[in-house]
Amino acid sequence: MATNVVVRAFVAAAVLGATLPVLASGGGDLPFSFKPDTGNMASLQRGARNYMNYCAGCHSLKYLRYNRLGKDLEIPEASLRQHLMFTSDKVGDHILSSMPRGSQDPTVPSDSEKWFGRAPPDLSLTARERGPDWIYSYLLSFYIDASRATGVNNLVLPGVSMPHVLGDLQGWQKHVVEAPTEGDHGGGHHKPKLEIVIKGALTPAEYKDFVADLTNFMVYAAEPGRNQRIALGVPVLAFTVLFGLFAWLLKREYWKDVH
Amino acid sequence: MSKEGVDVGRRRFLTLSTTVVGAVGAGFAAVPFIASLPPSERAKALGAPVSIDISKLEAGQMVVAVWRRQPVWVVRRTPEMIATLEAVAGNLADPDSEVPQQPDYIKTTGAARALKPEFMVLKGVCTHLGCSPKFRPDAPAPEIAADWKGGFYCPCHGSKFDLAGRVFKGMPAPTNLPVPPHRYADDKTIVIGEDTGAA
Amino acid sequence: MAIVPNPHKTTGFIGWIDDRFPLTKIWKDHISEYYAPKNFNWWYTYGSLAMLVLVNQLITGIWLAMHFKPDETLAFDSVEYIMRDVPWGNVLRYLHSTGASFFFIVVYLHMFRGLMYGSSHKPRELVWIFGCLIYLVLMAEAFCGYVLPWGNMSYWGAQVIINLFGTVPVIGQTLVETIQGDYTPADATLNRLFSLHVVALPFVLVGLVIAHLMALHEVGSNNPDGVDIKKHKDPATGVPLDGVAFHPYYTVKDLVGVAAFLFVFFAVVFFAPEGAGYFLEKPNFTPANPLSTPEHITPAWYFGAFYAMLRAVPSFFNTQIWGVIVMFGAVLVLFFLPWLDRSKVKSIRYRGPIFKVAVAVFAVTFVGLNWLGMQPTSDLYTQLARIGTALYFAFFLAMPWYSKIDKTKPVPDRVTDGH
Repeated sequence: MATNVVVRAFVAAAVLGATLPVLASGGGDLPFSFKPDTGNMASLQRGARNYMNYCAGCHSLKYLRYNRLGKDLEIPEASLRQHLMFTSDKVGDHILSSMPRGSQDPTVPSDSEKWFGRAPPDLSLTARERGPDWIYSYLLSFYIDASRATGVNNLVLPGVSMPHVLGDLQGWQKHVVEAPTEGDHGGGHHKPKLEIVIKGALTPAEYKDFVADLTNFMVYAAEPGRNQRIALGVPVLAFTVLFGLFAWLLKREYWKDVH
Repeated sequence: MSKEGVDVGRRRFLTLSTTVVGAVGAGFAAVPFIASLPPSERAKALGAPVSIDISKLEAGQMVVAVWRRQPVWVVRRTPEMIATLEAVAGNLADPDSEVPQQPDYIKTTGAARALKPEFMVLKGVCTHLGCSPKFRPDAPAPEIAADWKGGFYCPCHGSKFDLAGRVFKGMPAPTNLPVPPHRYADDKTIVIGEDTGAA
Repeated sequence: MAIVPNPHKTTGFIGWIDDRFPLTKIWKDHISEYYAPKNFNWWYTYGSLAMLVLVNQLITGIWLAMHFKPDETLAFDSVEYIMRDVPWGNVLRYLHSTGASFFFIVVYLHMFRGLMYGSSHKPRELVWIFGCLIYLVLMAEAFCGYVLPWGNMSYWGAQVIINLFGTVPVIGQTLVETIQGDYTPADATLNRLFSLHVVALPFVLVGLVIAHLMALHEVGSNNPDGVDIKKHKDPATGVPLDGVAFHPYYTVKDLVGVAAFLFVFFAVVFFAPEGAGYFLEKPNFTPANPLSTPEHITPAWYFGAFYAMLRAVPSFFNTQIWGVIVMFGAVLVLFFLPWLDRSKVKSIRYRGPIFKVAVAVFAVTFVGLNWLGMQPTSDLYTQLARIGTALYFAFFLAMPWYSKIDKTKPVPDRVTDGH
């Protein structure tokens, strides 16, 4: 067929177009990566607990309702009220922080903005905006930096205004800058090294699990319908195949007429 | 083009089965659209049950709460008010609350239409065209009726209800005022929107 | 007044209607007695698929508009409301957002088909021009829709695109403020883009689609051989010998195409609705912030090629209007294709090596430009984008010359294959 060369070029171009961005974005410069599993209920429940205990004081999840959380994570209402909710909240309420909230207008500074230099952001959609790798890396990458008001800095978010809230769990890390070695072609791509100098309440492995659960929970919180849509996808595709099969048989039958 | 040797039966079967599968698929496809129309989670959260504190309510007085954007009345009836309920029964359209305008656990309470006869809970929406009737416990009130013993009067079209929200005969309103689902959380608190025995 | 009996000899309910309205006539003219060449290949399903996606966009759009709030302070929240609080709202939104990208995929393939088989040649110039108008309106429609969620990418996308009009000499700034209704993209901008997106442009789009089909059915469909099937008709019936009725032959064939398309489409909707950040951009998961531009500001992927061309052209004489002219020129030049192509034959099957190479280079260039448009700027990429821009325009502007000198093969009298 004479058109084959063009079709082939077109397909090649399409494949090129599809793979180049992956190659370009695949590198990334995050120190850690994390693959979320929002089907792991136990992890999500631990993550929700971690979030409510350590993050919710400052960071709201303003698009997530407690009762949705309870339903999706299979947490009974009694334990939802007892362990996760602020006492004044109703089950249908959104998860708001106890931090004073400022104006809707991002150009008007709120009180908390004056305290931290920046209002603690709402984290409902952080996992979709920055990605799970980023959250996981960020929470593992705080290090001691005496030049900062909070005493810490972060590899992933330099100049971070958040204090290391999880420092007593993780322990406190020092950033070890290694001199570039021979054969290290100058690109500055050697892995940054963080060393724990003051031990925390958790071992490094336990802390990683803690952060993994938390990240997993934030992936859930960014898209509570995620599990349902993935579960729905399988029967939908199966039905489409069934329909396609009938349509194909019908097409073949009718096209017997055409010679 | 030739239609010789066409297996008509097979062709008909495939047309029919493809149509059926396609129609079922279209049915499935309609689900998200139709299912998205009923009240959303936000509407449900806003329409969540409300608690009313009745400890401060004086005898003969009414308190108004808002549940699902509609007025809900709680009237603390005096013994005299409760006594009027039997007296007016002969003039009522549906004295025994046969029309399901109340939960079953209210219907069984008879003329009182209340779990505790002292506290009458009503949805304050006229069953005629949706106005909100006035609480008129004052009797006599000749401008409403010659033998008015207290009740609810709708200013829009003149429907009259007794102190249990039961409609009088010959009124524009066809049925009694509805009693919303409710329960006593404790002696001082009524929860509107949750059924007795459900929680 | 007596009614003239309809010529279709229908009776009963249909007959009653046919006496008063050309129902059976429309059905016959456009469906059951529209004779299409029997040698369509699968490239010919993209037209039907474009219609399918259009219907999907219209219906899901109606439903999304029931819940969306075109208000600067509410829009972003209302999208999350759809995603979380409206039952099945996430599915409705993903159908719409994925549908937008698939609309362009399908339309690009449909246009490429027309390019390969000479579908714009006489007598189908108007079919092609209506198609180009559809494409142009589709771009406007997609841009408006892109702004509506009022995420940070929406906001800055609106800023950049509307500012293109600022390059117009003298009145530029006034023009920008008139379009926006404010000094930056703001509530008024969002509100008017919503109006265009849900009312004005869909009307125009549907009207143009009808015109596109009417023009096509007036002259009849082209085919992969580019031969005119009307030259050989059955003397008894007047039906083209190489034609088959659109219904049932192409309705059943298109159903297979629909099933294959839906499989890919649903796979994205349910398993990868973000489309690796190309269908739903990451920076759009944070609300519009007029004080902070996303690190890499990119247009939607389907505008990538035009954005790459915009960036490739340097400003000189103290104005950057040249890039804007080039960008709009790149769309405008499509309209002239029927007259730029001077070849005696339509289909690529019977054309010479020059055209085949040109089309192949063009395809690679277009996809490459789309990719470049999504990348952060660098010297290398700018140079590549300049080469790409030159190749894009060369493909069209040199066509009168190379299409004429190119060798052609003899075109058969009848179509060559039937399946």
